[in-house]
Amino acid sequence: MVTNKKKLSLKDKYQYLTRDMAWEPSYQSKKDIFPQEDFEGIKITDWDKWEDPFRLTMDAYWKYQAEKEKKLYAIFDAFAQNNGHQNISDARYVNALKLFLSGVSPLEYGAFQGYAKVGRQFSGAGARTACQMQAIDELRHVQTQIHAMSHYNKHFNGLHDFAHMHDRVWFLSVPKSFFDDARSAGPFEFLTAISFSFEYVLTNLLFVPFMSGAAYNGDMATVTFGFSAQSDEARHMTLGLEVIKFMLEQHEDNVPIIQHWIDKWFWRGYRLLSLVSMMMDYMLPNKVMSWKDAWEVYYEQNGGALFKDLERYGIRPPKYQDEANKGKDHISHQLWSTFYQYSQATNFHTWIPSEEEMNWLSEQYPDTFDQYYRPRFEHWQALQEKGERFYNTTLPQLCQVCQVPTLFTEPDDPTKLSLRTLEHEGERYHFCSDGCCDIFKYEPEKYIQAWLPVHQIYQGNCEGADVETVVTKYYHINAGQDNFEYLGSPDHKRWQAIKGQKPAEPQAAKPKNAA
Amino acid sequence: MSIEIKTNSVEPIRNTYSNIKRRFGDKPASRYQEASFDIEAVTNFHYKPLWDPERTLNDPTRTGIRMADWHSVTDPRQFYYGAYVQNRAKMQEATEHSYSFCEKRGLITRLPEALQETLLRFLVPLRHVELGANMNNSGVAGDCIAGTVTQMHIYQAMDRLGAGQYLSRIALIIDGGTGEALDRSKTYWMDDALWQPMRRLVEDTLVIKDWFELSLTQNLIIDGLLYPLMYQEFDQWLDRQGAADVSMLTEFMRDWSKETVRWVDAMVKTVMAESETNAVQLQAWVDQWEPRAYEALAPLADASMGREALDAVRAQFATRLKKLGLNSQGVQA
Repeated sequence: MVTNKKKLSLKDKYQYLTRDMAWEPSYQSKKDIFPQEDFEGIKITDWDKWEDPFRLTMDAYWKYQAEKEKKLYAIFDAFAQNNGHQNISDARYVNALKLFLSGVSPLEYGAFQGYAKVGRQFSGAGARTACQMQAIDELRHVQTQIHAMSHYNKHFNGLHDFAHMHDRVWFLSVPKSFFDDARSAGPFEFLTAISFSFEYVLTNLLFVPFMSGAAYNGDMATVTFGFSAQSDEARHMTLGLEVIKFMLEQHEDNVPIIQHWIDKWFWRGYRLLSLVSMMMDYMLPNKVMSWKDAWEVYYEQNGGALFKDLERYGIRPPKYQDEANKGKDHISHQLWSTFYQYSQATNFHTWIPSEEEMNWLSEQYPDTFDQYYRPRFEHWQALQEKGERFYNTTLPQLCQVCQVPTLFTEPDDPTKLSLRTLEHEGERYHFCSDGCCDIFKYEPEKYIQAWLPVHQIYQGNCEGADVETVVTKYYHINAGQDNFEYLGSPDHKRWQAIKGQKPAEPQAAKPKNAA
Repeated sequence: MSIEIKTNSVEPIRNTYSNIKRRFGDKPASRYQEASFDIEAVTNFHYKPLWDPERTLNDPTRTGIRMADWHSVTDPRQFYYGAYVQNRAKMQEATEHSYSFCEKRGLITRLPEALQETLLRFLVPLRHVELGANMNNSGVAGDCIAGTVTQMHIYQAMDRLGAGQYLSRIALIIDGGTGEALDRSKTYWMDDALWQPMRRLVEDTLVIKDWFELSLTQNLIIDGLLYPLMYQEFDQWLDRQGAADVSMLTEFMRDWSKETVRWVDAMVKTVMAESETNAVQLQAWVDQWEPRAYEALAPLADASMGREALDAVRAQFATRLKKLGLNSQGVQA
C-alpha cells in the first residue's frame, strides 16, 4: 500500500492499539452502554484528552509479568523447601503477616473486582485499558500473597481462615468497610479513593512498612513479593495521578466534588493506616522506622509537595490534615493498647514490648511515650507478672464511619477521647473524630447501613451469646491457639523449640483447648 | 540412576488454609486451589451500591442463573495468574516470531493491493468485535463473584485486547506503520453494509445486564461461530486467493480458541447440570442469540467463502451445543 503519511509516534501507535479499537455506537445509545458515568456529577467533556499513564500492549504485559512470576515462584519454592520460616527474626513477627493476610490481601481481591468493573464502565477506551490492567494486577497480588503466606500458614497459627475472618471479625470491618465504601460508590469516586488517595498518596505508608518490615526481619517470601510488585505499584501510582489531573482539567465543576472526595478518602485512609502504625512500632521485632518518621517522610513531605502541585487546579490539602499530623505521636500506642486488651478476640497475639523496645519508643516519641504510654505498659506488665494478664471483657464503642473503636484523642489533649455524637432521623450515632463525623453528615444514608461488628454481636447475629462463642464459632478463631497473649502461646513454644531456647516439650506445646 | 539430596523436613501444624481444607481435606493443596477457592468476600457488606441500590456488593443475583456453589465451575486449564501469564508469554513469543518473519520478508506488503484491501475489509475489523468482547468479559469479571469464575473472565478480557492488538498490527504492517490502513478498515466497520449486523450485535451485547447471559452470548455463541468461520474457513479461502501467509498472523487466534473452548464448555456443562431451571434458561438464551450471531456473520460469508461455509460451521457448532445438552434452532441435526 502506497502511503505518504508519516510513521506513527509511539504515543499515537499505542492509541491505535487501544482506543482506536473503540467506536461511536449507533445501534445502542452511549448512555445505555455506559450508564454509570453521570450520576456522580463529574463532567467529562473529552475522553480523548486522557493521557495514557503507561503504554503496555498485551504481548509486552504477558512477557514482563511472566518473567516476574517465574522468579517469584522459584523463590517461594526454595523458601518452603528450606523452611525459610525458621530464619525470621522472631515468631512475634508473624503476627504482622496475620494482620496483612486477613486485613490487606482481601482488599486486593476487592480491588480486582472494583477495577474490572470500572474497566468496563468508563466510556474512554484508554482509561478502560489502564483499569483492566490494574484489575488483573490486583488479582495477581491477592494470589501471590496467599502463596507467599502458604508456608507460614503451615507452621504458625492465625493465618488459616483469612477470607472468612475478613467478613466477620470485629477489627477487620475497618479495612472491609473502607473498600466496601469505595466499591459501592460511583466509578469516579472509586478511582479517586483507590487510585489517587490510596495507591498514590498513602501507598508508601501501607506497602513500605510491611515489605521493609519483612526485609528487616528475615522474611524472604514476603519481601520477594514486595520487590516483584514494585513495578506494578509504579503503574498504579501513575494511573492515580493521571486520573485526578484528568478529572480536574475536564471541567471546573469537578473541582469541589473531587475536593470533597480527597478530604473524605484522606481521612478514611488515615484511619485505616492506624492498623499499620501499630504494626510498624510494635509488631516488628527489628524496627524499620517509627510510624512518626514514616508519616513525616511519606505524608508531610511527599504529600505536601503533591498538594502544592495540585494547587493550580484549585485543590487544597485534605481537611483535618493537621489533626493527622498531630496524631502521628499517638496512634500506634493507642492502637497497640487497644489490641493488647482485646486480643482474646483477634487472630493474632499481642504482648508487652521489651525494655529495649520501650527505650526505642521513648527515643522515637520523646514528647509522648514516657508521659502517656510507658506507664500503661509497665502497669500491665506488673499485672501480667502477678498472673493477672489484663483482658477487657467489655466490648468497645465503635466509630460509625471508620469502625475503629472510639479510642482516638483530641488533637491537643491526649487524655481526652475525641468522641463526637450526632442525631440523625431520631437515631444516635457516634464517631471517633470530627473527620469521621463530617463524612457521615455528607452521606448519612450510606453510613447508617454499616454492619458494625459489636452491634451485630449484641443483636445476636454472630452465632453466639458470649464473646468466646462468637470468637470460636463465628470467627473461626481457634481459642488458645490463634488468640490471646504471645508469651506461652503455641507459636511461642514452637519457636522456642526451633531455636533450642528450651528443651522441646511436645506435651506442653499442645494447646490447652485442643479437642 | 538418580541421587537424592537429604533435606530436613519439619512437621507442619496444618497442610493448607481452612477454606481449602473444608473443600478438599487437610492435605497439601495445589497453587490453583489456594489461589482460587473461597477467597472473595461473601457476607456482611456494609453499604448498598449507589449504582445498584436493589442489590448488595458481590450479589449472586446479578445473574438469573442459580448455583448452590459457583466454585463447582472450575478451570480445566487450572489457570491462576502466574500460570496464565506464563502460558500467554510463550504464545506471544511464537506470535512475535511470525510477525517479524512476515515483516522482514515482506510477505504481507507484497500481496496484491486488492488482497490487502480484502484483509482490511474482512479480517482487521474483527478488532472491534474483540474490543466488545474485552468490555463484556471485564464487566462479567466485575459482576460474578467466585474466584474460579471471575478469574477466567478477566483472563479472557485481556486475551481479547491482545487479539485485537494483533489484528491491528496486520493493518500497521500493510500501511507501513502510519495508521492509514487502520482508519480505512474502521470505515468498513462503521459504514459498510457487510458489517452492520455484526456491529449491531456487538452493541446489543454491551447492554446485556445478566452476566451469565452475557458470558454465554459472547464466549460460547458469538465466538463459537465467529472463530471457526473467520480463522478456519476464511483462512482457507484466503489461501485459495493467494494469501496463505496471513495464516501465520492468525495462529494465535486458532491456538487460543482451541484452549478457550475447554473452559467455556466446562462452565456451561456444570451450570446446565445444576438444575432444570438453569437448563431451560440457557436454551432460551441460545434460541435468542444463536440466530443473531448467524445472521451477523452471513454477509461476511456471502461476500467471501460463501454461505455453505457458514452453514457447515453452524452445523459443527450445533454438535458442540448438543454435547452440552443444548439445541441450535438453526440446525435440525
